[in-house]
Amino acid sequence: MKLSFSPEDERFREEVAIWLADNLCGEFEPIRFRGGPGDEHSFVEERKAWEQKLAEGGWTCIGWPKQYGGRAASVEQQVIFNEEYARAGGPGRMGHIGETLMGPTLIAFGSEAQRERYLPGIRAGREFWCQGYSEPSAGSDLANVKSRARLNEGTGQWQINGQKVWTSLAHESQYVFVIARTDPDSSAHKGLGFFLVAMDQPGVTVRPIEQLTGTSEFNEVFFDDAVCAADDIVGAPGEGWKVAMGLLGFERGVSTLGQQMLFQNELDEIVRVAKANGAACDPALRQRIAEAHIGLRIMRFNSMRMLSGGGDDGSLQKEAMIYKLYWSSWHRNLGKLAMDVLGAESEIVPEAPYGLSRLQSMYLFTRADTIYGGTNQIQRNIIAERALGMPREPRG
Amino acid sequence: MEFRFTEEQQMIRDTAEAFLSEVSTAAAVREAMATERGYSDALWQQISEELMWPALHIPEAFGGLGLGFVELAAMQEQMGRTLLCAPFLSTVGFAVNALLVAGSEAQQTAYLGDIAAGKTATLAFMAPGSRPDADAIQATCRSEGDGFVLDGEYRYVLDGHTADILVLAARAPGSAGTEGVSLFVLPASTAGISREWLPTMDQTRKQARIVLENVQVERSACMGEPGQAWPALAKTLDLATIALAAEQVGVAQQALDSSVAYTTERVQFGRTIASYQAIKHKAADMMLKVEAARSAAYYAACIADEALAGGPLGSGLAEAASIAKAYCSEAAFFNAGCGIQLHGGVGITSEYDIQLYFKRAKSAETLLGDAAWHRERLAQQLLDGGEA
Repeated sequence: MKLSFSPEDERFREEVAIWLADNLCGEFEPIRFRGGPGDEHSFVEERKAWEQKLAEGGWTCIGWPKQYGGRAASVEQQVIFNEEYARAGGPGRMGHIGETLMGPTLIAFGSEAQRERYLPGIRAGREFWCQGYSEPSAGSDLANVKSRARLNEGTGQWQINGQKVWTSLAHESQYVFVIARTDPDSSAHKGLGFFLVAMDQPGVTVRPIEQLTGTSEFNEVFFDDAVCAADDIVGAPGEGWKVAMGLLGFERGVSTLGQQMLFQNELDEIVRVAKANGAACDPALRQRIAEAHIGLRIMRFNSMRMLSGGGDDGSLQKEAMIYKLYWSSWHRNLGKLAMDVLGAESEIVPEAPYGLSRLQSMYLFTRADTIYGGTNQIQRNIIAERALGMPREPRG
Repeated sequence: MEFRFTEEQQMIRDTAEAFLSEVSTAAAVREAMATERGYSDALWQQISEELMWPALHIPEAFGGLGLGFVELAAMQEQMGRTLLCAPFLSTVGFAVNALLVAGSEAQQTAYLGDIAAGKTATLAFMAPGSRPDADAIQATCRSEGDGFVLDGEYRYVLDGHTADILVLAARAPGSAGTEGVSLFVLPASTAGISREWLPTMDQTRKQARIVLENVQVERSACMGEPGQAWPALAKTLDLATIALAAEQVGVAQQALDSSVAYTTERVQFGRTIASYQAIKHKAADMMLKVEAARSAAYYAACIADEALAGGPLGSGLAEAASIAKAYCSEAAFFNAGCGIQLHGGVGITSEYDIQLYFKRAKSAETLLGDAAWHRERLAQQLLDGGEA
């Protein structure tokens, strides 16, 4: 076992840090530490400009192969980039869905024409994507999608009808990838297609969902005879589930250390508040602050294991299977801790009518952490069934 | 960055697992734990003389194998999984580490050589009713002639009644806290030392009371400078804590594995109870605990390696030890407690092994500071220093 990074990787770290220090300033100063989870509605135009700045420096899509404009950066280097990005206060990435989900999916499953058409816009930080997976009746049971896609013989286009929900950044994206049923008589994970659809067309309507924070990161997206070209399907009709699941496997944890840097910022703020208001002298709160610290440190150790272990068969290792359940539970507890450390002041909203402080917003939004991307209950099913080999749930 | 076993480390782990599953069976554990001595001499001879496990991280110059702390942690984990009854943690986790940290070359040559050859050892520092900090040291040492005279009483000494070699902490009369602490290493047969087995709730690990009455020791028995030993003892305790945390990972793992195995066989309402979500979700929570505990214990083991070798990450030893012990203590206790629940009625019988893991989980939690104790130690570092 070896904990340190290689000298070459440390030089890479320095290069990233210097570029960020030189560029994440001036006009971009106001967006430092902004636009993260729960704050995605903030500074959208500035963050789009920042994406292009990143692209000019060659810092978008660094894990992609060089032929598609990436740097073919190693997993270690991607981790380092994410870590330094978060340390520098890099704003929430507008382009992350395109970079970490859509791009790798096209590289793995797409046609050469699709790669030529869509990858450059993602790489340049000019074209943003959102994800059309969940539906009102397809949450944890994602395979229960009802949206339909039909190839119109007359126009030669796919026609899509249905509704998606919980779509982040839908109103800021040019494209959405959609899973929809190509075989109307099919059910579950059979008979699905994976489509690339432009948002700016009459058949697509976005309706923001106001959340408990008063802000709207998520949207409903309605498809009423929305269209895309005949070749805007990734894989063949009927292969949508394979592509959709492949996409979810690409993230591979390289952003986890960056996410933890954001968590560390939050914990640091809680420690500052506790020292200032005397909560640091309360024995029960001391225990909980220490527990939060322990939990975050171990989250990092888990990630280091996850990133070091290359299961040759591509199967998820145990430390990877617990990751979502672990961080979401930890973060939700941190939100509660923040309010308890603030005490009576936690109730007072700094800006009328409902302009929440960062910690208040974090506290409320962390209730979503244990739900989206697979609820804690679904995570426990997955762990029990796939890691522990316990009997599978009956499926309708 | 390679935060996973090397091939050699994996081999050591697998060898330990295979050997222990043969010798540390449920029957062997029950036989050993029923004795006052607490372990089989023949098995200890095999472990020490044939396999040389106590010599694992003793440098080759002193007759050891010269391996690292990660290897030691891998071995402790497997010992926890099988509840091995042997004076390994006391000899290696406590005494060998004390000698590596604080021993003079002469002391290391003499005692590490003995231990590598199969002698057992332990460390005593806690007065009756104390907690494992500097104030626990109440035995006294006063200079007399060229040597020292030691007096006092220790409790909670692991394998103290059977160890061949003792490392003792004592303080200058009238001193307090971290001041005035000295460490001594001497044969347990030294005149004036009386030792008595203390029956324990966890019968798989033995504890003893040691009383010192006018024990005369030579200057050469003192480890380092008299009165200056607290930093060395604190470091030793951190190292022992990390070895113990690795053992707790093994306890947590076995509590999970045996519970999954039991619930997969037990049928109620016409289904195995493992098919119910109420059971599956509990098992998933147990797996989360043990995997996170494993990450914490092995990270700490890497830091321990650095601390022993004088590497740059070694300064994080106390923090890493407290993180590991706080988390692994709760993980082992949680898993063993859930384990009893998942076993249902048979979980509270003496026939099933899960009760033995439950008892070991608690004794290990208490030993060297429970979770709350370690969290408070971290809180002091996080909250009490620097500017508000």
